[in-house]
Amino acid sequence: MMSKYNAGIDPKPPKREFLITALIKAAGYSAIIFVGMIFLFLVLESLPALREVKLSNLLSSRWYPIEDYYGVLPLIGGSLIITIGATLIALPFGVGTAIYLSEIAPRWLRETLKPIVEILGGLPSVVLGFLGMLVLSPYLRIWLDLPTGLSALAGAILLGGIAIPTVVSISEDALDAVPKSYRDASLAMGATEWQTIWRVTLPAARSGVLTAAMLGIGRAIGETMAVMMVTGNAPILPTGIRDLFSPVRTMTATIAAEMGEVANNSTHYHVLFLIGIILFLISLVVNVTASAVVFRQKKSQERILS
Amino acid sequence: MKYDRPLLILVFVFILAGCTGRGSSSENPSEQIKTIENKGSDTIVNLALAWAEEYQVIDPSVRLSVTGGGSGTGIAALINGTVDIANASRKMKEEERQTAIENGSDPVEFVIARDAIAVIVNLENPVDHLTLQQISDIYSGAIDNWQEVGGEDRPIVRLSRETNSGTHVYFLEEVIRLGDSDNKTLFSQNTLLLPSSEGIGAEIKQNPNAIGYDGLGYVTDEMKVIGVASSDEDLFIFPSAKTVNSGRYPIARDLYMYTNGEPDGFIKEYLDWIRSSDAQEIVTELGFVPIIK
Repeated sequence: MMSKYNAGIDPKPPKREFLITALIKAAGYSAIIFVGMIFLFLVLESLPALREVKLSNLLSSRWYPIEDYYGVLPLIGGSLIITIGATLIALPFGVGTAIYLSEIAPRWLRETLKPIVEILGGLPSVVLGFLGMLVLSPYLRIWLDLPTGLSALAGAILLGGIAIPTVVSISEDALDAVPKSYRDASLAMGATEWQTIWRVTLPAARSGVLTAAMLGIGRAIGETMAVMMVTGNAPILPTGIRDLFSPVRTMTATIAAEMGEVANNSTHYHVLFLIGIILFLISLVVNVTASAVVFRQKKSQERILS
Repeated sequence: MKYDRPLLILVFVFILAGCTGRGSSSENPSEQIKTIENKGSDTIVNLALAWAEEYQVIDPSVRLSVTGGGSGTGIAALINGTVDIANASRKMKEEERQTAIENGSDPVEFVIARDAIAVIVNLENPVDHLTLQQISDIYSGAIDNWQEVGGEDRPIVRLSRETNSGTHVYFLEEVIRLGDSDNKTLFSQNTLLLPSSEGIGAEIKQNPNAIGYDGLGYVTDEMKVIGVASSDEDLFIFPSAKTVNSGRYPIARDLYMYTNGEPDGFIKEYLDWIRSSDAQEIVTELGFVPIIK
């Protein structure tokens, strides 16, 4: 088949093109190589930790490295509770805003609001952390009558706020990409605007909205500075919803606060790298799940359309 | 730590140092620019910056760069050979000395000032004196309500610096463990570990449940300083230069600088100047306690 269209043209690309192809190929592979190398580096630096620290110590619920307590569970728990809290805040608000912007708001309003939301996404997290420390946490303490406002809740609210622009921006794009004919068909059949949004447009944009959620979660779990400033950093293992109101210590804050102090190749240093690996694996799982979901959605959509 | 005010001042000093350095070298190209890298304790950083600024006037040919980060950070940097002088608000640990020797360096210690650690609470808190034993019980978690030490019925929120802070280690050893090296008491697990002195100050100012500790130089009018007694029979003493030097305030410590090997040349000159009466006056101005009276 191909030869018919290529008739008269040398099937071998010229040398110059070969060079360009090779360069582009190298650029493509470099990302994979870098990720691989980072992972290898993390593994090599963290492996001694498994030899130097007993497993029962690593899986205990006490983190106090200067006295050789290396329980990582409170740190994992701290990161998870804050991330879950942030997702519960960012998803409804983010997707809601996206629906409003894409389906309801008039064109001029949408064209002003979307750039503003995106600027919000570019705010340095230290600035938000400062606001959280000086404004959010004192009010949380008074409103909810907590011992201190420096708590997982303050972290979750702040991270939710940080993740919202990501969620809004991506799910708005996904909603925008839904063909107009879908909405027209639904409205023509007598559905109300709300029914159209909820039953037709949103399901059609599902994969994009899911990607937005995953990226938002990824943003939340990796955030460091803002979290370090508002969560109180007490390594308490969260065991239930009540712990949302007590201080927690996240994995990222631990690495950031302690990496500067450790001597190279000490046990503490290796354990911090182990925490790095755990973070890496968690974000890997989130990303793989996201792309798997999107991939399956695409397949089923193709089936419906064909 | 990124939002520390000292960091801004540091940038300023860098610029200052840059200007004077360039000025003098263009006038006298044969003169070598001498740099001293100085890093470590956040307790000392403001003091070290004030010294560096003053020394710029005395000897413009020396460039000083001062950074904080914590005593542990400074000592680690000295061991790794990236700084000339490490600031520490605690003595070097035996393991650290061991690591240093393994890495081929030989840390030499200088006492450069003294510091009282003030125990601070919110202005609304009626409690104004505690014994060392009570402070130890509060931080270890044995006392959980202000009522138990004569205050209102409020939960106690414990604030501390991060574990890389020399103040944290000193407080653990001398207050929580009451100086007993066999005592293995730890900070209560729900102690809030805040990354900076500013973080502790901000929380103390607005939260009547909170108790914290920090170097006397960081205490402002918006916090209440607690009088401390060594035991039930002793008087409650408030921290000041006088009570520290007379040895009556119980939570006081020496502040250190460490160099790699016995210093010589301009680093020695700088350290000698720091321990002179001129430089020690700056110590008093910043709320620390001078080593010479």
